[in-house]
Amino acid sequence: MRGMYPWAGVAAVLLTTTGLSVPMTARAADTVKVGVLQSLTGTMAISEVTVKNAEILAIEEINASGGVLGKKIEPVVEDGASDPAIFAQKATKLVQDGGVVTVFGGWTSASRKAMLPVFQKLKSLLWYPVQFEGNECSPNIMYSGAQPNQQILPALQWAVEKGYKSYFLIGSDYVFPRTANLILKKHIDADKLKVAGEEYVPLGGTDFSAVIAKVQAAKPDIIFSTLNGDSNVSFFKQMAAAGLPSAKLPVMSFSIGEQEAVAMGPSLVEGSYAAWNYFQSLDSVANKKFVTAYQAKFGAGAAVTDPMVHGYVDVYAWKAAVEKAGSFDPEKVRAAAVTLDYLDTAMGKVKFAANQSLVQTGYIGQLDPTGQFKIIWQSKGTIDPDPYDPLVFPGKKCPAS
Amino acid sequence: MSEWPLIAGQVFNGFSVASLYVLAALGLALSFGLMRVINMAHGEMLMLGGYLAYLTLQVVPGPLGILAAMPVAFLGAATVGAVLETTLIKRLSARPLDTLLATWGVSLILQQAARNIFGAIGVDVRAPEWLNHAYTVSSGQFAGLTIPATRLFILAVAFAVMGALSLLLARTRIGLLVRAVNQDRGMAAAAGINVRAVDLSVFCLGTGIAGLAGVVLALLGPVTPNVGQSYVVPAFLVVVLGGLGSLKGTAIASLIVGLFSALVQILVDVSLAQVLLLLFVIGFIQFRPQGVVAVRSRALDA
Repeated sequence: MRGMYPWAGVAAVLLTTTGLSVPMTARAADTVKVGVLQSLTGTMAISEVTVKNAEILAIEEINASGGVLGKKIEPVVEDGASDPAIFAQKATKLVQDGGVVTVFGGWTSASRKAMLPVFQKLKSLLWYPVQFEGNECSPNIMYSGAQPNQQILPALQWAVEKGYKSYFLIGSDYVFPRTANLILKKHIDADKLKVAGEEYVPLGGTDFSAVIAKVQAAKPDIIFSTLNGDSNVSFFKQMAAAGLPSAKLPVMSFSIGEQEAVAMGPSLVEGSYAAWNYFQSLDSVANKKFVTAYQAKFGAGAAVTDPMVHGYVDVYAWKAAVEKAGSFDPEKVRAAAVTLDYLDTAMGKVKFAANQSLVQTGYIGQLDPTGQFKIIWQSKGTIDPDPYDPLVFPGKKCPAS
Repeated sequence: MSEWPLIAGQVFNGFSVASLYVLAALGLALSFGLMRVINMAHGEMLMLGGYLAYLTLQVVPGPLGILAAMPVAFLGAATVGAVLETTLIKRLSARPLDTLLATWGVSLILQQAARNIFGAIGVDVRAPEWLNHAYTVSSGQFAGLTIPATRLFILAVAFAVMGALSLLLARTRIGLLVRAVNQDRGMAAAAGINVRAVDLSVFCLGTGIAGLAGVVLALLGPVTPNVGQSYVVPAFLVVVLGGLGSLKGTAIASLIVGLFSALVQILVDVSLAQVLLLLFVIGFIQFRPQGVVAVRSRALDA
């Protein structure tokens, strides 16, 4: 009896694979598969599940209006589990075994860096929706989130215009805050302004007593914060306890969106500033339509944030590029994507530049007591993306693709 | 500008951080001292305290809500501790590694339970207005020194808890029984002391203090399902440095850790300060493996 099992196993595998392959080839004629790869579990799930929702919403809308090149889009959702290694593994699975033509996903820079070699090796295309530190330019990634010159530098420009002279930089201790602050310091120096201090706290850190003591000693005009996650709650609580609420010492955050504000308790962060390329409060027809559609599907009070809109816009940009290329082939789609005209989206007019990053507008918002941002500043027109800041990485350019 | 306000401020912050650590670590030191139980779910008792504070503030809003939350959190966490002790720890009492694994499992279950009940994104617990201000020195050598009322309040709570605990252990009959069991479990049992009841009450006391700590920690930090994880590691560090099971040692070790990291942070940033702190503790344990205060107990000799 024992000896029979392996044969039974092989037979079972054969049966299942043939059984599966028949409907798949039959369906392949009228559907095209795309991957959606976000963290659905783990510490990043709180942020990434909503990006997945927005991406699925875009796919469903496109399907409802006829699909792409006559085919319905079939999303294959995978869980990156907040772990870069799993992101890489799931990306391989999607492209190599899942037969997807492209993948939408990623959040942390670590997850993107882990997926990059996979997409390069398999010659596929990843659409990445989150603002990041730049200093990277892969032909196999479409970077729709802000480059530093589209989020961090506009924030500095705004602060300079407001007359702030002395800047204190606080960040979580990993690649994005370190690189962002490197760029900020160079520009603050170049503008003949003062860096009053620079402090890093480990991710998840809860004690800000020393950092706040140094802030009090340095007496800056404004704090630029690249803190991530729960640390923000500790930071704002301890600032308030030390008699420094946002009203007294302004804070500009680069990682607090509508969703984070609600989670932290809006009154805690009320009055602080944030820089993004989209705010839920943007007053445009396209945005109202998007917010209404999202809330109809995911709950009336659901917060909508910048990375969600980038994920949503990515799907539409992919569709436009596929239609222009007349093909699902990743290389043709990529070539077509960077020659598209401006798309009219919830975040305003955007298009992909030759370096595969998004041309977009920078906004500054101030938090109100309900967790929404009042938009108080916007860049003059759209900003061309620049992955390599000329002051920090002089001479570095994207490889010509 | 004078460095004095910053240095004096950091000395105060050192005491403040020490008060957070001692509140987080006392329960661990208690249960380890008496029962040799390494309770990995201790951090979740802190978390529980935070959520109980949130619930209390829903019922009793206003300035005195936080005072009402403290006994609620103490009793709530002690009750959960009692359930944990009677259903799990008692049955594994002679197997320290098994208790470690089992309580780790409990910690995961409690975290997920909090996630399912309250959501992954945490709840909002805020210091009342009467705590949300700071005293500032406006003249003299220390001009600019700021003392937040919240941190003073937590210091006071830490002193009160330590005072009450040492009175309890030194002056009451329960304390006498605890000391007897701690010195020699076998003899105490032979002398007719109900060792089981002493174990249970000490464990409940430990988790109750953790619940209380959770309330005051919520004034300065987030209340999320995984908040316990950020405090339990420093708590273990303090317990090890202090000398396993010694309450006095735990208090002194909290002060050493708090002052060390606060003063080092005058010169370096938080990340590097943590590295230096760990190096310091490793060095200290090399030369004094028994910790700050050596506990003489038959249970440890065995």
